[in-house]
Amino acid sequence: MTDSVHRQERTTGAGGVLITPADLAGGGVRGDDPDIRGKFGVFGGRYVPEALIPALDEVAAEYEKAKTDLDFIREFDHLLRTYAGRPTTITEVPRFAEQAGGARMLLKREDLTHTGAHKINNVLGQALLTKRLGKTRVIAETGAGQHGVATATAAALMGLECVIYMGAVDCERQALNVARMKLLGATVVPVTNGSQTLKDAINEAFRDWVTNVDRTHYLFGTVAGPHPFPEIVRDFARVIGVEARRQVLELTGRLPDAVAAAVGGGSNAIGIFHAFLDDEDVQLHGYEAGGRGAENGEHALTLTKGSIGVLHGSRTYVLQDEEGQTIESHSISAGLDYPGVGPEHAWLKDSGRAVYHGVTDAEAMEAFSLLARTEGIIPAIESSHALAGALKLGRELGPEATILVNLSGRGDKDMGTAMKYFNL
Amino acid sequence: MTTLQTVFEKARAENRSALVGYLPAGFPSKDGAVAAATAMVEAGCDVIEIGLPYSDPLMDGPTIQDAVHRSLVNGTRISDVMRTVEGVAASGAATLVMTYWNPVDRYGAERFARDLASAGGAGTITPDLTPEESEPWLAASKEAGIDTVFLVAPSSPDERISRVASCCTGFVYAASLMGVTGARESVGSAAEGLVKRTRSHTSLPICVGLGVGNGRQAAEVAAYADGVIVGSAFIRRLLDAPDEKTGLAEVRELAQELARGVRR
Ligand SMILES: Cc1ncc(COP(=O)(O)O)c(C=O)c1O
Repeated sequence: MTDSVHRQERTTGAGGVLITPADLAGGGVRGDDPDIRGKFGVFGGRYVPEALIPALDEVAAEYEKAKTDLDFIREFDHLLRTYAGRPTTITEVPRFAEQAGGARMLLKREDLTHTGAHKINNVLGQALLTKRLGKTRVIAETGAGQHGVATATAAALMGLECVIYMGAVDCERQALNVARMKLLGATVVPVTNGSQTLKDAINEAFRDWVTNVDRTHYLFGTVAGPHPFPEIVRDFARVIGVEARRQVLELTGRLPDAVAAAVGGGSNAIGIFHAFLDDEDVQLHGYEAGGRGAENGEHALTLTKGSIGVLHGSRTYVLQDEEGQTIESHSISAGLDYPGVGPEHAWLKDSGRAVYHGVTDAEAMEAFSLLARTEGIIPAIESSHALAGALKLGRELGPEATILVNLSGRGDKDMGTAMKYFNL
Repeated sequence: MTTLQTVFEKARAENRSALVGYLPAGFPSKDGAVAAATAMVEAGCDVIEIGLPYSDPLMDGPTIQDAVHRSLVNGTRISDVMRTVEGVAASGAATLVMTYWNPVDRYGAERFARDLASAGGAGTITPDLTPEESEPWLAASKEAGIDTVFLVAPSSPDERISRVASCCTGFVYAASLMGVTGARESVGSAAEGLVKRTRSHTSLPICVGLGVGNGRQAAEVAAYADGVIVGSAFIRRLLDAPDEKTGLAEVRELAQELARGVRR
């Protein structure tokens, strides 16, 4: 996209839309945009069967056209407003913040979107892209079930056939979401090989894609995978940070001191981080699932404990042994239970622009119940990792600080886990 | 060491296609893999691909996934893969390693190429390495004197075929259909067209894999390809056999049937 298109869009606007081409594409060619091979520094790229290269090229080419096509942008914007419920508000949570050393705490309420998590933003964008590609079938992987529910929802809305791959372990711990997907008309395929979680669901979705690629779009759910998924998913999730940045400025008259988000594959985190990348004084903190603790090996600390390798088509940080075999991750939260992570996060980590930490199951569950009791908001367990991180961060930064937290989803789906955990 | 070049020259002199058999290292057991591959060679396989078991084989169907999983549970390591190559190469077949990229990346490309060459390996097939990312592997393989085989697929446009073929030495692997590994009722109808298109971009031999499982299919493919690749059908025999001995006999029988196929 050329600069002149940006400038024009910024000054004229496109009929009061939420997002402009500039918002969508992150303000044009930036240092952090992937190059032609989809590389963020040494990370990213494409490590996939040759059979899929034409499909990835096709998706990339169509997205290049779409992101500067005002009709596409208007349609996406319209769906975000009238279907997903954007813009989502920010909510100040003073009673919760008392536990964070009195720092000012603002939550970006992605839990209030239709279907209950940030995943809907990416899904609506890619579903529109699917139609432009002339494909009639979408497939997706899901961990927590939120991406699966969002995909099934968009497929119902747009009349697309929909098949969702979900690890058998996740089907059990997120049973409510399995029922939702079925009700929405999707076929849910439980994946019983390997760790029976998100990683194996992705393997199975790739196998489906290579078999049915002529009529199928793989509606990838996070900023991982082969190019162009990390870029496309980021751009469609970018609206979270674009809105939040404006909202925080309006409310407080300045930028936040820190932004906090949970990191599974990394879509909600990149979605809120990206609009702040150039604001050098704003700290960016990502929180991975520490599971039962880093010491006993049962965690999903990909960026904090992993090493550089290739997983699911992308060079990034991976949990792997010394021979390159993937190590299974563990987390109480299905959406963070993944041994890989998006390549742009790997790049942000190595460049030092963002910092990543671990939060244990116990810390996340404590924040989960604390937000419920102090503010009347039940967060997703994934998002609770960001909340727990923000509590620690607030104590470090002190009472003058303002922290923006991405509340990526709501906790309805997690009631089964919560009932067991808290003996409710 | 028998090279791929020797294999294809010999097959051409005999006016037939070459037969390529696949088995993962460590399956049905560490020694069992060498025994099974040796039986395959004795019964007529010219080339053996030893699979390096990987935790996330996203190009493989249920049969190979199952075998690879068992192998990993048995504790197969890269050193076992190298030992398997050594054992199989001793049978006189050109021996390749078929591997996803991450284990090689982690082991170190140069070290892997060197160790494979010392084990008597003739080269590798890398199903998830594309030309864009292949630079380090091409350099390491060239240095170690081993071949690099990459895949083309029915979906590949001509410019991709040309690009992939230019990275290949030894032969070009043509995937017969859009899908994962596994024996099928019939070999994809796209295979012949793909081989024809690939010919116009390379003078290397072209082998067809995915979906071939019996002598009739082998004969069909041999009519237009320089080599016929069979994997899942061998593994199925081993998985279904009540014990390794029976499995070995079954594998030998299948290899004989396929060997007759490529000579028809
Ligand atoms: C509410 C919520 N937050 C976070 C995640 C983690 O994914 P990502 O890191 O891509 O945002 C998920 C994934 O399912 C989710 O449902």
